[in-house]
Amino acid sequence: MQDTSIYKYQEALISYQEKIKAVASEEMVLNLGPQHPSTHGVLRLELITDGEIVKEVIPHIGYLHRCFEKHGESLNYAQIIPYTDRMDYMASMNNNHAFVMGVERMLGIENDIPKRVEYIRVLVCELNRIASHLIAIGTYGIDIGAFTPFLWCFRDREHIMNMLEWASGARMLYNYIWVGGLFYDIPVGFETRCQEFVAYFKPKMQELNELLTDNQIFISRTANIGILPLDVAINYGCSGPMLRGSGLKYDLRRVDEYSVYPEIDFEIPFAKGEIGQVGDCWNRYKVRIDEIEESLKIIEQCTEKLTKEHKRTTEFDPRALVPKKTVPKAQDFYVRAENPKGEIGFYFIADGRSDKPFRIKSRGPSFCNLSVLPEISKGVMIADLVAIIGSLDIVLGEVDR
Amino acid sequence: MIINKVKEILIAKFGDEVIIAEELNQKQPALIINPELIDEVCLILRDHPETWFDFLSCLTGVDYGVEQKKFGVIYHLSSIIKKHQIVLKTFKENDRDLNQLPVFKSISAVYKAAEWHEREAFDLFGIYFENHPDLRRILLPDDWEGYPLRKDYQTAENYHNIKIDF
Repeated sequence: MQDTSIYKYQEALISYQEKIKAVASEEMVLNLGPQHPSTHGVLRLELITDGEIVKEVIPHIGYLHRCFEKHGESLNYAQIIPYTDRMDYMASMNNNHAFVMGVERMLGIENDIPKRVEYIRVLVCELNRIASHLIAIGTYGIDIGAFTPFLWCFRDREHIMNMLEWASGARMLYNYIWVGGLFYDIPVGFETRCQEFVAYFKPKMQELNELLTDNQIFISRTANIGILPLDVAINYGCSGPMLRGSGLKYDLRRVDEYSVYPEIDFEIPFAKGEIGQVGDCWNRYKVRIDEIEESLKIIEQCTEKLTKEHKRTTEFDPRALVPKKTVPKAQDFYVRAENPKGEIGFYFIADGRSDKPFRIKSRGPSFCNLSVLPEISKGVMIADLVAIIGSLDIVLGEVDR
Repeated sequence: MIINKVKEILIAKFGDEVIIAEELNQKQPALIINPELIDEVCLILRDHPETWFDFLSCLTGVDYGVEQKKFGVIYHLSSIIKKHQIVLKTFKENDRDLNQLPVFKSISAVYKAAEWHEREAFDLFGIYFENHPDLRRILLPDDWEGYPLRKDYQTAENYHNIKIDF
C-alpha cells in the first residue's frame, strides 16, 4: 500500500523523464538557459526540437527561489516589506504598495491615510512603472537584435532611478511605502524634477517609437508571432499587458479603484491590432508603449496636486499613522493590485494574536504569465520563441519568489 | 450580494451537502465547499451566466499547524465581466504522514492557471491533486525531500552531501 502511494507521488516525474528519454532520433532536446541572456534571468527552457521547429517547451523554474513565503511566516508585517521589494525587483514600489494596502485594509485604517501620502504613493509607483516598462522594451529590442533602444531605455531609466534614490535612499529596492504612511516625505524640489523629467521624456518616447515601434525589421520579427487568444489568456490567468495585449480593456486600477486612481484621469491602453493581429508579440509590446504615455499623464496630475491642493506643510508627518505594532484581527485577506506585469496578489492569514502572518502567499503576475508559454509556442521557430519570451516580460525574481 | 447568489446556484445543483460551512462575518466572506465536489463547483461557477467566474486569481495551499491536523486549499475566483470576487475554501484532515499526503481534486481542467499553482502547493505543502496532468515539483529540485512550508518541517542540512549554509 505504502509503496504504491509513493509511486503515485513520483508518477509525473517518472513520465516526464521517460518522455525526455523517448525523444525520437530526428528530434533534439535543447536546453535554453538558465544562463541565456534572452531568458531574462535564470529561466531554463527544455525544448524538444525538430530542426528549427520547437515541438514542445518545458519550462523549469525555481533557480531564484528565496523562500519568500517561509521567511514571511517568521517576520512581522513591516519587516516583510523589504522582501516584497525583491520579488519584482523592476517595480519594487508597486510591490510595496500592494502589500501595504493589504495590511492597511486588514487593520481597517485604509480610509485614514492622508491624501498627500496616497498621491506620493501613486507618483512613485507610476515612475517605477515607467522604469519597468523601459526595461521590458529595451531588453525586448536586444532580444530581437536592436541594440540602440536598449541603451536609450537604460539612459532614461537611470533618471527615474536617480529620482527614486533621492526620495528613498536606494536605487532599486526601496522599502519606501510603509504600513500607514511613508518612509519620508518626498524631498523638496521633487515635484519640479518630476515635471522636468516628463518634459524631457516625452520627445524621447517619440524618438523611441520612430526607432523601434514602426521599424519594419522589428515588425517583421514580432507581428503575427506568438498569438495569444483572449480566452486562452483568461483561462491561464494572464493579466496586465498580456491580457490587454489580447484585446481586453481590463485594468485593476480602474476595476478596484484603489488608492487615488479614481480621482486621476487616464486611459487603459489595449491592443487594437493596427499592425499584425490582436494578441501577438507586437501588440503586447505596443500596450507597454501606450502605458508609458498614460503613466506620464498620471505623474503630471500627481505633481499638480502635490504642489497645489495637497502641498507640503510643516505639520505633515508621513509616519503619523504608522502603527507601533501591527496586529490585525484574526482573518484572512486577499489583496490585488495592478503591477507593471499584471495582477499582483497577496493572501494573508492572520491569527489575531501575533504581529506575524500565519501564512502569506504571493501571486506573482509573471508566474501565471509564464505558464502560458508552452501553449503559445508550439510549432514556432527557435528564433521566434526568443521573441515570445521577451514579449511576456517576466521577472524571475517574481516567478520564483 | 454575489455570495448568496452562488449559494443558491450551488444548492440547487448539488444539494445541501456541497456547502459545509460559511464565513460571512469577515471582510471577504468565504464558502467552505465539500472537497470532493470542488472541480464541479468551479466548472458551474465558471460557466453560469450569472456568476461567470472566468479568472482564477490565486490558489493557496495552507497547513493549519501541527495540532490541527488539517490542510486546506483556498481558491480566489474573480469575474472579469461582472467584476466580482469570491473565496472558496476546502479542508481535509491528515495526520502528516509523508507517505499519505492529503488528496484534493485538481481544478486544472477548469482553469489552466491552476496547473502551476497546484504544482506549487504540491511542492511546498505536499498536497496531492488528483487528475492533475503533470504534478511534478516546480520550485524545488525534483529530488528534494520533505515539504518546506509545512509547519513541522525540519530545515535540511545537506543536499547531495553539500552542506547548506545560511
